Amino acid sequence: MSDLNKLGLAEARDALRKGDTTSVELTEACLKAIDAADALNAFVHKTPEIALERARAADERIKAGDAPSMCGLPIGIKDLFCTKGVDSQAASNILKGFKPEYESTVSQQLVDAGAVMLGKLNMDEFAMGSSNETSAYGNAVSPWRRDGDDAQLTPGGSSGGSAAAVAADLCLAATGTDTGGSIRQPAAFTGTVGIKPTYGRCSRWGVVAFASSLDQAGPMTKSVRDAAIMLEAMCGHDPKDSTSADLPVPDFEAMLTGDIRGKKIGIPKEYRMDGMPEEISKLWADGAEMLKAAGAEIVDISLPHTKYALPAYYVIAPAEASSNLARYDGVRYGHRATLEAGDGITEMYEKTRAEGFGPEVQRRVMVGTYVLSAGFYDAYYNRARKVRTLIKKDFEDAFAAGVDAILTPATPSAAFGLGEMTEADPVQMYLNDVFTVTVNLAGLPGIAVPAGLDAKGLPLGLQLIGKPWEEGDLLNTAYALESAAGFVAKPQQWW
Amino acid sequence: MLDLTYELPKPKVIAGAKHDWELVIGMEVHAQVSSNAKLFSGASTKFGAEPNSNVAFVDAAMPGMLPVINEYCVEQAVRTGLGLKADINLWSAFDRKNYFYPDLPQGYQISQLYHPIVGEGEVLVELGDGTARKVRIERIHMEQDAGKSIHDMDPNMSFVDLNRTGVCLMEIVSRPDIRGPEEAAAYIAKLRQIMQYLGTCDGNMQNGNLRADVNVSVCLPGQYEKYQETQDFSHLGTRCEIKNMNSMRFIQQAIEVEARRQIAIIEAGGEVEQETRLYDPDKGETRSMRSKEEAHDYRYFPDPDLLPLEIEQEWVDDIAAKLPELPDEKKARFIEDFALSDYDASVLTAEVEAASYFEAVVMNAIDALDESGEFIVYTTSSSNKSIGSFDKVQSRDVGKTAANWVINELFGRLKKDDKGISESSVTPKQLAGIIKLIKSDAISGKIAKDLFEIVYTEGGDPAQIVEERGMKQVTDTGAIEAALDEIIAANPAQVEKAKVNPKLAGWFVGQVMKATGGKANPKAVNELVAKKLGS
Repeated sequence: MSDLNKLGLAEARDALRKGDTTSVELTEACLKAIDAADALNAFVHKTPEIALERARAADERIKAGDAPSMCGLPIGIKDLFCTKGVDSQAASNILKGFKPEYESTVSQQLVDAGAVMLGKLNMDEFAMGSSNETSAYGNAVSPWRRDGDDAQLTPGGSSGGSAAAVAADLCLAATGTDTGGSIRQPAAFTGTVGIKPTYGRCSRWGVVAFASSLDQAGPMTKSVRDAAIMLEAMCGHDPKDSTSADLPVPDFEAMLTGDIRGKKIGIPKEYRMDGMPEEISKLWADGAEMLKAAGAEIVDISLPHTKYALPAYYVIAPAEASSNLARYDGVRYGHRATLEAGDGITEMYEKTRAEGFGPEVQRRVMVGTYVLSAGFYDAYYNRARKVRTLIKKDFEDAFAAGVDAILTPATPSAAFGLGEMTEADPVQMYLNDVFTVTVNLAGLPGIAVPAGLDAKGLPLGLQLIGKPWEEGDLLNTAYALESAAGFVAKPQQWW
Repeated sequence: MLDLTYELPKPKVIAGAKHDWELVIGMEVHAQVSSNAKLFSGASTKFGAEPNSNVAFVDAAMPGMLPVINEYCVEQAVRTGLGLKADINLWSAFDRKNYFYPDLPQGYQISQLYHPIVGEGEVLVELGDGTARKVRIERIHMEQDAGKSIHDMDPNMSFVDLNRTGVCLMEIVSRPDIRGPEEAAAYIAKLRQIMQYLGTCDGNMQNGNLRADVNVSVCLPGQYEKYQETQDFSHLGTRCEIKNMNSMRFIQQAIEVEARRQIAIIEAGGEVEQETRLYDPDKGETRSMRSKEEAHDYRYFPDPDLLPLEIEQEWVDDIAAKLPELPDEKKARFIEDFALSDYDASVLTAEVEAASYFEAVVMNAIDALDESGEFIVYTTSSSNKSIGSFDKVQSRDVGKTAANWVINELFGRLKKDDKGISESSVTPKQLAGIIKLIKSDAISGKIAKDLFEIVYTEGGDPAQIVEERGMKQVTDTGAIEAALDEIIAANPAQVEKAKVNPKLAGWFVGQVMKATGGKANPKAVNELVAKKLGS
């Protein structure tokens, strides 16, 4: 078989089981593609030895008829996941050279499912960003370009390396994490599928924390079916994470019937933002039509507190981050600034953190510190928590009224050019998350599905939001949308 | 249950240059939970291990590590709350207290600011002079201990030991109901006693397992009563907090020194500033650690890594049902069942081991135990299950004697050998045997002491020893009379004198005791001497 790296998880799995190929062949094809794609800066730590060793072991298991769900399938792992003995630095200089003595629960579950790790993927520093430009490794580059234009584009963020790698067929799939849209926005920007499961579905143990009450891991894949396969391997109860849900994990793939007749799909009017590009509005309307054609009922709904979600998110997430990142102090691991004679502990903290954290991380640590300060706590943090409760209730009311899933655009625009936002107000960048943060605040599952191209040939995605713990149903609706949209475009290889 | 009523102690009064001043004290006591593992990790809590050997990834705040609550620690906090007659909050939550220090790897301490697990309770603090005060408990919350920074091992470097990091502390916060240094010490002693009874904290202050932050203020006489009426703190003076005290003696010194410092400031026309201070026992002064302006902004917020802690009333009830008898109840019962004085009951209930020992002595002495003769362990204060029924007339009759023997002879002898009650070579059954011999007039008090020494050093069954070594008291009046007659016959001059001065009868008693090797029953001798000398 040729171009093995271009396969999806399901196809490759079936090929492996039929004996049409081997995991070693698949892995070698990916490693070759990775080596040829340094221009994308997607893989920032390559682990070919680990990959080939796991591939050989997988081939043995397949031969022995003992193949678990992802046996032999080569994937990439976002740098936010701690991987034992392998650099895991959350794309930050403060964790430069950090090799954990432990493996995150999610990546361990993938190992247990037989998956083959090809290496670590680029991302925004500590997952803070929407363009992968805050990375200490330098930005990842999207494999997509506008028609007739050489300008380099963002793959989105924070899981930009994951999105670029999957879209460019450097791996069959990748892990991502999503705190405010970090799986769904880059998926939408790169024509890939990305699902953020219900908060508590995937263990956070061993994933470098950004905002603990919002962070969730999820798969980034080439199809909805692949997302179902990989999510099932990633999620499940973990007693090491107190916020992990002790619920059984259904067979998500088996739930992909494509039958959504009678499902009620909500269209929230508050997501129709002022100045929304015509292309996005049309895509959204088209998506609704496709679902309707598949037998779903389309209903207008209201999520009245939507407009407060972004400000609330940008209070809560930095607040938690300011505390979560306090541990990077130069005392025990990671970067420590070179000190001058007479420097004390305060200087050590200040210099270490000034050198180790990039500007966006510093900005969020300072915002977070401010909103938690005595005198501002009630005005910011407590108010944001109240908003969060109201946003959650908006969704609960919609679901209680019989809605099965909610359809929205995934992003307010197609991918933008790298560097385009450098001079802009940071809030402009934060606006990328406007359709996705509500889902994190409410703890719901959300999936981005590629649904079309813009006038310049760039992918656009739609988001489906589901009921808590009903990822199976959500995936099935996404599957129906994917089938109807028939998105098959791939980036032209320029790298 | 006896309702013991006490007089209130007088508040400590310090005479200033212009006025008398009263002290008002509140305390935050940090008690380390006696658990094998830390509050949020599986690492050991063993004291004295190699530096940084009891450290889990989460204790070292490695990236991506998450806390998981140790249920045992929660149970101990609930037990402690029940022991302090406090409300147990079925819903509590953990918050992060954020500050930077090298011995705090996370950069925050997980604590319970907004919703503590234990609410209001009270402790009866006795001063030993018959006075006592009920000190109100405001709350108890669980939190992580910090590690240890070591600054004196190297001129240029500091070292950090994380063994203590994450160990579970209970912070027991009192209302400002303590009125003097002695009361402060008695309060801590009482908390320690209760926790030792419960087994929730070993109370070892030297190892830092029990420490206190002491809030001290002074006020004019009468102001405190106004505060008590209204609970309005404006009637009281500005307080200063003396941090991290782990010696009863220093706590008392520091309170006195700090109160005098505040009085001097106020009387000189100044104002006491609210601040955190440290006590320097070498110089006998408190020093400012940080002022109110320099106070940390801890940026408390709910810990998003932990779900709220929800416990069931049923679980709490179950813990309550298994609570051991507590010091106040035990003391009251000892006074009632064993006719002890308040003082003796206090001494015997100070430590639960001593109380159990004493009780076992009495039960053995009145044959209320079965053959096994083991220590009595109470399961609840009311049920007294394992004790069975016993004759209270007997227990009250024996109680006083047993108390004297345990407190004076046994404690005295153990102290001489620098031993604790658990190391006693004399079992309760043996001591009960000695007491039985005394009570049945088989041996005299003097012989009993010799017998005790033999049992203490050589062991053996007291009754058998008495039998074998001929230590039995001579109660046969014939033998005593014969000895007395001999002495009378040999000392006619003394007889004459004694007839005039009855006080001299004692000499004859002494001679008879001497002649009988101390074994004559003194009562019988006295009676005979009186009869023979006609006095």
